[in-house]
Amino acid sequence: MAEAKTFVYCSEASPEGFDPAPYTAGGTFDASAHPIYNRLTEFKQGTTEVEPGLAESWEVSADGMEYTFKLRQGVKWQSSDTFTPTRDFNADDVIFSYDRQGNAENPWHQYIAGITYEYYTSMAMPELIKSIEKVDDYTVKFTLNQPEAPFLANIAMPFASIVSKEYADALMAAGTPEDLNNLPIGTGPFKFVAYQKDAVIRYQKNADYWGTAPLIDDLVFAITPDAAVRLQKLKANECQLMPYPAPADIEAIKADPNLKMDEQAGLNVGYLAYNTTMAPFDNPNVRKALNMAINKQAIVDAVFQGAAVPAKNPIPPTMWSYNDAVQDDAYDPEAAKKMLEEAGVKDLSMKIWAMPVQRPYMPNARRTAELMQEDLSKVGVSVEIISYEWGEYLQKSMEAGRDGAVILGWTGDNGDPDNFLSVLLSCTSAGEGGANRAFWCNEDFSKLLQDAKVTADQAERTKLYEQAQVIFKEQAPWFTIAHSTQYVPMSNKVSGFKMSPLGDFTFDTVDIAE
Amino acid sequence: MIRFIFSKLLYLVPTFLGITVIAFSFVRILPGDPVLLMAGERGVTPERHAQLTAQLGYDKNIVLQYFDFLGRLFHGDFGNSLVTKKPVLTEFLTLFPATVELGLCAIIIATLIGVPVGVLAAMRRGSWFDQVSMTAALVGFSMPIFWWGLLLIIFFSGILGWTPVSGRISLMFFFPDVTGFMLIDSLISGQDGAFASALSHLILPSVVLATIPLAVIARQTRSAMLEVMGEDYVRTARAKGMPPFRVIGIHALRNAMVPVVTTIGLQIGVLIAGAILTETIFSWPGIGKWMIDSISRRDYPVVQSGLLLIAGLVMLVNLLVDLTYGLINPRIRVK
Repeated sequence: MAEAKTFVYCSEASPEGFDPAPYTAGGTFDASAHPIYNRLTEFKQGTTEVEPGLAESWEVSADGMEYTFKLRQGVKWQSSDTFTPTRDFNADDVIFSYDRQGNAENPWHQYIAGITYEYYTSMAMPELIKSIEKVDDYTVKFTLNQPEAPFLANIAMPFASIVSKEYADALMAAGTPEDLNNLPIGTGPFKFVAYQKDAVIRYQKNADYWGTAPLIDDLVFAITPDAAVRLQKLKANECQLMPYPAPADIEAIKADPNLKMDEQAGLNVGYLAYNTTMAPFDNPNVRKALNMAINKQAIVDAVFQGAAVPAKNPIPPTMWSYNDAVQDDAYDPEAAKKMLEEAGVKDLSMKIWAMPVQRPYMPNARRTAELMQEDLSKVGVSVEIISYEWGEYLQKSMEAGRDGAVILGWTGDNGDPDNFLSVLLSCTSAGEGGANRAFWCNEDFSKLLQDAKVTADQAERTKLYEQAQVIFKEQAPWFTIAHSTQYVPMSNKVSGFKMSPLGDFTFDTVDIAE
Repeated sequence: MIRFIFSKLLYLVPTFLGITVIAFSFVRILPGDPVLLMAGERGVTPERHAQLTAQLGYDKNIVLQYFDFLGRLFHGDFGNSLVTKKPVLTEFLTLFPATVELGLCAIIIATLIGVPVGVLAAMRRGSWFDQVSMTAALVGFSMPIFWWGLLLIIFFSGILGWTPVSGRISLMFFFPDVTGFMLIDSLISGQDGAFASALSHLILPSVVLATIPLAVIARQTRSAMLEVMGEDYVRTARAKGMPPFRVIGIHALRNAMVPVVTTIGLQIGVLIAGAILTETIFSWPGIGKWMIDSISRRDYPVVQSGLLLIAGLVMLVNLLVDLTYGLINPRIRVK
């Protein structure tokens, strides 16, 4: 027998737990949902396209309210030292996996004190799903309260991973329900072996996997929070692939003959959101004038060090329905000055909020704000830069009557335009607690989104979203900054890694040369 | 002696209560609300916010919250992490041995090098050795740990390839935790090369962590020695023709060690502060890294109980230092 192939991934963070449903961090999903579990639908690797997962096929009723899923047969649950499954995956597992998240009466809703299902709640699943019925062992019918076009993409997200009801029952009977979170059992390509907190997670190839078997035998996550140390480990071949290199190291990685690097435009957007409810920012012409006064390319060059594309639309160019025909506001300080005069705005002083943390869509908000400050001063607008601690920033930036324009951004969850446009710019999300930091409520725009949401036909939806992007640009609730590039450095020996536009790290197609 | 121990113990009670107040208030003075950090950029509706706040118990009066916290502490309940939902005490106990192992190695290195260097510097006062070592100590004392750690990694692991970059042991080795101390567990495992691997992983982080205590101990030893060597009894011993080795070893060193032992004890607090950074750089799975992560996530229960556990530990060590001090120097006991 050939020697076992071990692949080591220098992951950036410790997982919060191994049950994907209660958590929200990407690092947690990379360690739980992706290696261990499957969902009814899956994102085709390297894309945001939805493909069959544990559901082999589905039918949608004419009114778009009923989804009937045919489940894959003969899918084996993994086994462990403490659990041996007696049956294959079936409809009971599907119903259990959803019901425990949405139904407060389900004994598994609070199987660990203080556990909550934030993704399930924030994707509005409780309002959306009316009922889930078992038609037979391999058929499940979801009935919705209203049509929801992104539904199939939503249930491909990590929170909707299918867990074993039989395993859960066994744990409940044994009085150790929290082992669902500590010793996970799934149907995915890898089996969980062991976790040493903050140090290492070990997985083994699932020999009974229903899909294409992984090419590596052992998968190891070496938890390494510091980016500089991750790179050193990669260079020393202590791991073969790492996420999130420091922007300053990109050139050195490219120059290293033992390493290679994948790069891709991220499914994200960084933006500056005006408060469109407050004068003079309630005037679209003023917002447009300010947009024209800021040199976007200079920000991309200086802050992102070129690792980004300037943004003109609120959705990234890799996403379907991206409207490339939209013209960005040209950088033209003279015209901007004139427009401000015409709007009767003189001696404007405003605040720009700079977030205190680094995000994939924004490596340095402070620097960005400073560049904006400089540009705006040239058209006679004085800018004061303010910042708060991150939690405070998130809270204050969504308070109605907020003073100033806020730098923030978004990374897509499921590759659907609705996940950007409705969440960030619709009238519904402009209310208290919503994520619409421009408080922008445009009836025409929101109507288009609503229509698109209840339309199943993607060509039809594309048209509606394209129109919405035109309105967005005319009304300019944001200064759109950039869509950042994501880099994945890896050893030369690695093949078959597919970058996910959603930012996930999966290793079932990865191979390593000896 | 018993009265001395008792009075020291009694003194701990108000100190500990004071620390509970500080630990409790500390996380609440920090801006930022755990519910919002959980929601992130996504936003959270006011109803959901209220619901989660109530579920976490943060809607209650702050004084009530404090007494709840204190009440649970007396029952040995340190609360559950908001993030992992696991008991804080369990997490602490899982990670603690890694920190102890690292800390012990660091303090051993710091003492074994710091004391002789200090003694030698004192004996050869004004010599090149004295000047070089004391300048080095000053540099070591002011070294930013994060930068220093990274520098050593890049040099010894990156360029020379002598030591591993981070972690506690090569990932090739896989065996269950018995004691939580990697050096011991790797021996128990009986796997070839496991102990050597564990040891090689310990070198850089413990050197980094030892840097500041080493500098402090060397300087303290030197000044204590100088003071003692000026005393009459040392001069007498010398005058009587006692060999220098005995003068230094028996008379001077023993007395000079009294303040040095205190210094070493006090370095435990410094070590914990240093461990927070060192563990983060070296991906060392101990309590330092755990605290940093928890502070940035506003994991209230972990931060407050974690602080308490660490403070309790430092107090315990200080108590032991006081007692040792009392043993070496009986005059301390009758004050």
